[in-house]
Amino acid sequence: MAPRHLPVGSFVRIDKHDLQSILDSLSQRGYRTIGPRLRDDAMVYDELTRVSDLPIGYIDEQDGGRYRVVSDPQQRWFGYVVGPHSLKNFVFPPHETLLRSHRDADGLWSTQTELPETRPVAVLGVRSCDLRALRVQDRVFLEGPYVDVHYQSRREPLFLVAVNCARAAATCFCHSMKTGPAVRGGHDLALTEFVDHFVIEVGSDTGGEVVTETNWTPCTIEEVQAANDVPQRLSSAMQLRDKTLPASSAGDVEVDHPNGRYLDIRGIRELLLDNLEHARWQAVGKRCLSCANCTMVCPTCFCSSVEEVASLTQDNVERKRSWASCFTAEHSYMNSGTVRKTTASRYRQWLTHKLATWHDQFGQSGCVGCGRCITWCPVGIDLTVEVAALRGDKS
Amino acid sequence: MTAKPKLAVFKFASCDGCQLTLLDCEDELLAVAEAVEIAYFLEARTQEIEGPYDIGLVEGSVTTDHDARRIREIRKQCHYLITIGACATSGGIQALRNWADLPEFVRHVYADPQVISALDTSTPIADHVIVDFELRGCPINKQQLLSVLLSLIGGHKPRLPSYSVCIPCKQRQTVCVAVTRGIPCLGPVTQAGCNAICPAYNRECFGCYGPQQQANVPSLTHQFLRAGADRGHLVRLTRNFNGYAPEFREASNLLEQHD
Repeated sequence: MAPRHLPVGSFVRIDKHDLQSILDSLSQRGYRTIGPRLRDDAMVYDELTRVSDLPIGYIDEQDGGRYRVVSDPQQRWFGYVVGPHSLKNFVFPPHETLLRSHRDADGLWSTQTELPETRPVAVLGVRSCDLRALRVQDRVFLEGPYVDVHYQSRREPLFLVAVNCARAAATCFCHSMKTGPAVRGGHDLALTEFVDHFVIEVGSDTGGEVVTETNWTPCTIEEVQAANDVPQRLSSAMQLRDKTLPASSAGDVEVDHPNGRYLDIRGIRELLLDNLEHARWQAVGKRCLSCANCTMVCPTCFCSSVEEVASLTQDNVERKRSWASCFTAEHSYMNSGTVRKTTASRYRQWLTHKLATWHDQFGQSGCVGCGRCITWCPVGIDLTVEVAALRGDKS
Repeated sequence: MTAKPKLAVFKFASCDGCQLTLLDCEDELLAVAEAVEIAYFLEARTQEIEGPYDIGLVEGSVTTDHDARRIREIRKQCHYLITIGACATSGGIQALRNWADLPEFVRHVYADPQVISALDTSTPIADHVIVDFELRGCPINKQQLLSVLLSLIGGHKPRLPSYSVCIPCKQRQTVCVAVTRGIPCLGPVTQAGCNAICPAYNRECFGCYGPQQQANVPSLTHQFLRAGADRGHLVRLTRNFNGYAPEFREASNLLEQHD
């Protein structure tokens, strides 16, 4: 018996305007549909119900502390890469109430766990690095000894329409982290963009059901090959650009790599942990603002602060969780005071956790090479330069 | 602290906006009046109950000899002394006089300059007496004020952020105006408390809440200069409501020295 819908692993072709029917199908299934939108001079994730609202014909130029939207001569639908938002914003929102307690007239307390609204979310335009970041967060919130029910309730119904990148920003280094640019798992559907059509790879049963309802045609072997070639060619280009990079930029804070980033991850855990007193930490500490932007935009940073907020009558108490950052004094505050008093020590904590001790804690890197921490750092601190400096002095 | 703490509100050189925040509590005002005895608050009531007071809120900066003597008396009267707002905490906008010639100002403004008896400087309350807690902002934030009062009534330490404006700015998913448009913004070096309201309306932060706990102002202004910002603009930006706060003061002086 033929399957009722396209099986996982199948490739189909749709005309570009038929992407609308995928959005419609998701809406009919009850999803809140989210996608990239051009708002306040950046590509952000927001409500998307019409494909005409995509930032068609715009791309992003990114560099340390700099993000600009410019027009795309190729008029692509997905020519831009990642913006300031990531999937984190949807599964681990900036603020949420975990539970509420109420004291009644007799002075008795009752407490209820507050679960988020259950309307599932579908996100269109997700990149490979962000899918990998989601897996990193899954490991943190779902696969440890304690399952975070708030994360779980948003994560499980999440529907993801990924896009294979055909272009990298200068801040992208997924090729170094082996997290992209090709989409490899974790998606319901994966799109590859061509001039007048998309090739869609089905990644899940639900994805297959959704595509089956659209006006699709089967792909020829050549079309499948062409789709696979797109991120492959980008990956090769990113690798080639590596060779144009300076070998070391130690001591020089003015380094500029117009041709793209590269992070040498060979032995990185030991490189960082064997150099905890390296002078470079003090140098970066002088530039770092301790503003926490890097941790806010990082798609894997998971730290939060939990606070009990009482009403003035003290009869109602809410337990609230908010994004927190290791760059604040509050983060390492204990009864004896703040442990990490200097900015240098906070930067070192962040980078060594992200690239080194994350492996000890979760068996993988905490970095997916999306480059957001570089772009959204107001002073353009670049972790690839910092690591190269540590390595340069060693070799 | 007694069962119903006595609250007093004192004014120094200021615009009254921070005191007004207490009246602005509206929905919560009755609950506040239930929780504390408003013993001295001339903006709200003419009745004056004598000290000592459990909680003294001080608005404004010290700009006259009389102020300097009076704050010492007030300190003796208050168990907890809390400064409210940029004037009380860092000298306020009137601290611009600290870089200028006061008699020159007075000569231009007043028809009879001899009636003015003022100090050459505007200084924060903490330069004169020990302050137990500083509530930042120009003006202060109502929720932060309530939170501090609630903490003191409940007998625990107030818990307010000391981190940067960028944290709430990113939490409310505002796109960074400095990174996307190259607008010099003080958010990264300013303490949170306003919920990053200005960037949400496409404006730069201009530092109403004063320096954050780890403010690295020279690194930020260096970056803005490199990106083409005007040095004079950066002096005016850092020398604002909290211009006399040490981190902002030093940064603006540094910018001026290299002029």
